[in-house]
Amino acid sequence: MRRALIPLLCLLASGCGDDDAPTPEEALPGGETTVHDTTRNAFALAARNLQGERRDAFFVGNALFNRNWVTAPASAEGLDGLGPTFNASSCAACHFKDGRGKPPTEPGEKPLSLLFRLSIPGVDEHGGPLADPVYGGQLQPLSILGVPAEGQMALSYNTHEGQYADGTPWSLEEPHYTLENLAFGAPHAELRVSPRVAPVMIGLGLLEAIPDAALEKLADPEDRDGDGISGRVNHVWDVQAGAVRVGRFGWKANQPSLSQQNTSAFRGDIGITSALFPDEDCPPVQTACQQAPKGGTPEVDEQKLNQVTFYSRMLAVPARRDADAPDVLRGRSLFREVGCATCHVPRHETGTVEDAPELSGQIIFPYTDLLLHDMGEALSDHRPDFEATGNEWRTPPLWGIGLVETVNRHTRFLHDGRARSLEEAILWHGGEGEKARERFRTLSATERAQLLRFLESL
Amino acid sequence: MTKQGWLALMAAGTLFTAGCGTNALEESRARPVVERYAALTYENYTDVVKQAEALRAAVEVFVADPTEAKLVGARQAWLDARTSYGQSEAFRFYGGPIDDEDTGPEGQINAWPLDEAYIDGIIDGREPLSQELITSMNERDGETNISSGYHAIEFLLWGKDESTTGPGNRPYTDFVDGITPSNAERRRQYLSLVTKQLVEDLESVRATWTPNQDNYRKTFVAEAPKEAVLKILTGLGSLSGAELAGERMTVAYDNKDQEDEHSCFSDNTLADLYGNALGIQNVYLGRYGGTDGAGLDELVAAVDPKLDEKMKQRLQASLDAIQAIPAPFDQAIMGNDSSPGRQKVKAAIDALRAQTETLVDVATALGIQLNLE
Repeated sequence: MRRALIPLLCLLASGCGDDDAPTPEEALPGGETTVHDTTRNAFALAARNLQGERRDAFFVGNALFNRNWVTAPASAEGLDGLGPTFNASSCAACHFKDGRGKPPTEPGEKPLSLLFRLSIPGVDEHGGPLADPVYGGQLQPLSILGVPAEGQMALSYNTHEGQYADGTPWSLEEPHYTLENLAFGAPHAELRVSPRVAPVMIGLGLLEAIPDAALEKLADPEDRDGDGISGRVNHVWDVQAGAVRVGRFGWKANQPSLSQQNTSAFRGDIGITSALFPDEDCPPVQTACQQAPKGGTPEVDEQKLNQVTFYSRMLAVPARRDADAPDVLRGRSLFREVGCATCHVPRHETGTVEDAPELSGQIIFPYTDLLLHDMGEALSDHRPDFEATGNEWRTPPLWGIGLVETVNRHTRFLHDGRARSLEEAILWHGGEGEKARERFRTLSATERAQLLRFLESL
Repeated sequence: MTKQGWLALMAAGTLFTAGCGTNALEESRARPVVERYAALTYENYTDVVKQAEALRAAVEVFVADPTEAKLVGARQAWLDARTSYGQSEAFRFYGGPIDDEDTGPEGQINAWPLDEAYIDGIIDGREPLSQELITSMNERDGETNISSGYHAIEFLLWGKDESTTGPGNRPYTDFVDGITPSNAERRRQYLSLVTKQLVEDLESVRATWTPNQDNYRKTFVAEAPKEAVLKILTGLGSLSGAELAGERMTVAYDNKDQEDEHSCFSDNTLADLYGNALGIQNVYLGRYGGTDGAGLDELVAAVDPKLDEKMKQRLQASLDAIQAIPAPFDQAIMGNDSSPGRQKVKAAIDALRAQTETLVDVATALGIQLNLE
């Protein structure tokens, strides 16, 4: 009965799921996939409604996700072909415990779970970024024996001071990136670099199951409703389909599906080729890279890719903690009043997924619209990615965000992990997020704490 | 599916009365069971430490003067040490001392699978070796970057298993100076340090279960029985289902890859699996080694004797099914699905799954909703 009411409310409210009373469903943000766990394993669990042999398949994918790929040729035949140049040797290296990566935080630490996309002005034949002719589409700081690594990225920070309306000061750290130890000379004069940290793996199959039409409906590219928030769908090249599709994964929504996201990551991050991406990322000048032994053609077969993709679809979303605590409820209201919920859209319904009944017809609370928004100059990477401009980023989901510290022992947020806390992440919001940030700035200390308590309960 | 639907009808974690006004976890009946659990946990960990110390002694004898006979001795000590540790894994998965979120050393003790190249990389490196280095490198930059614990020691003692009939066969000369490969001194040092660390980690866990101390055991036995029994059952159910049937058996079964077997260097996997299943049976019966005390079986029998019988049958059936798998495990998983080995592995997985479902029923009978992930 309650469910029948919601569509009616939608006609009245500005956005779906904006009705103000918390619903019992909110406590289970992943619908029937939701798990109850608040330990370090909170992001690592199978969807609760995954049963029998399908559950077994999850464990198989999990093992592959964790497994280190090794230099070819090796005795572990199915798992060789690392590199020749790479960022990491396993998926889990960056998505540790299926959680969030971070920039280096200790002296001497190198960026591991933070990678750097590279491109030059112009677009490729499908409208995507044009790779650097010397360094390719992604900086590869590691390499197998006998092959030079491309180079390293050094980070430095400068500090921005600011204060809340009540006078409480803050300081934000703005990162700067400098290429060092480049093995093949200067890059292109107009090289564009986009830092991107590994996101949490939970609920991805549910996000994939939100119908395209729902995203198109949320989009407001011309800002017709005049709220200062546009929200655009990225349209990207689907290699498998050979067609343009709605982009929904990645920091710029530049991937149309989990399978393509994973397959791209295999090649771009670990140096593992596949039927979809048969070529190593070895630009012509990198001869040792080009001549290095391969771990087969392709290096990862369809079966393994399917196992990893199944795994990535079926990672459960953890239940809310303290969803009914008074502070959290107050924070929940503030989240809407401040305007966070305009882009971090709380509620969605998944469609019918043919091969995944577990993900079909679920009421979920990811707190994202999966759309691109101009977040202002300060966050810009000045690197277009299909239809996304340098200033535009896809709204990241917020579910599970309060457990990042438990799972990953850090609280670094935003696309490059520059924010050292959730509070700093809010303060970085510019562009279309400026108004909401300004409202947050004028809240009282108590209200700010309540809003943060709400985020931590997600 | 049906079970989930039925569970969903209950309020989470609530205690409801099971049949005819019998309180399944009534204080006078449940308290001795909780106390017996604490006692058998301590007995088990006492053996674990004792056998790890014996392993350490054998390792020290070997590194002092590496010979084939001494390597065989160290390997045997490792195999012996696994019997008690396997059983003790029934005490995992509820955030107790072994895998407490902040202080639990489990990831340093029994992490697997491990990437062989990683340990070799540390040995071939230049960093001065120390226990701190070895533990700080564990799980760094990847979940299979394992540098410490039983399986690191196993790799050092056996080396890669490239045999279809037996385990790895590392020559003892890997530990002798001046013979290929290089770094024998650092390999000896590494083996010695990693074994010392293992003993220390295991001792730290045992200490938390020591009687009459101000420690975890004290708070555990003082808890409301329902809370303690929920933890006990969470441990059993998680080991039985997700860990044993899932991670440790199904993955290897599906991939047909010995890289996915639990003890892939020593071919001790079948004994490991058996130890795990035995540990679950131990806890249910309140038994360890030769001592039998008040177990969950007494609590279940009081409210549902048939279910108690069924549980006992399933526990034994799992043990029998594991025992029926032809050794070595890494060969049993090969071939097509009609091969006897694979059928036996599959049967054991199914037995463990059935046992896990019955554990959920047991929890329900005791008025506890068991959320197994």
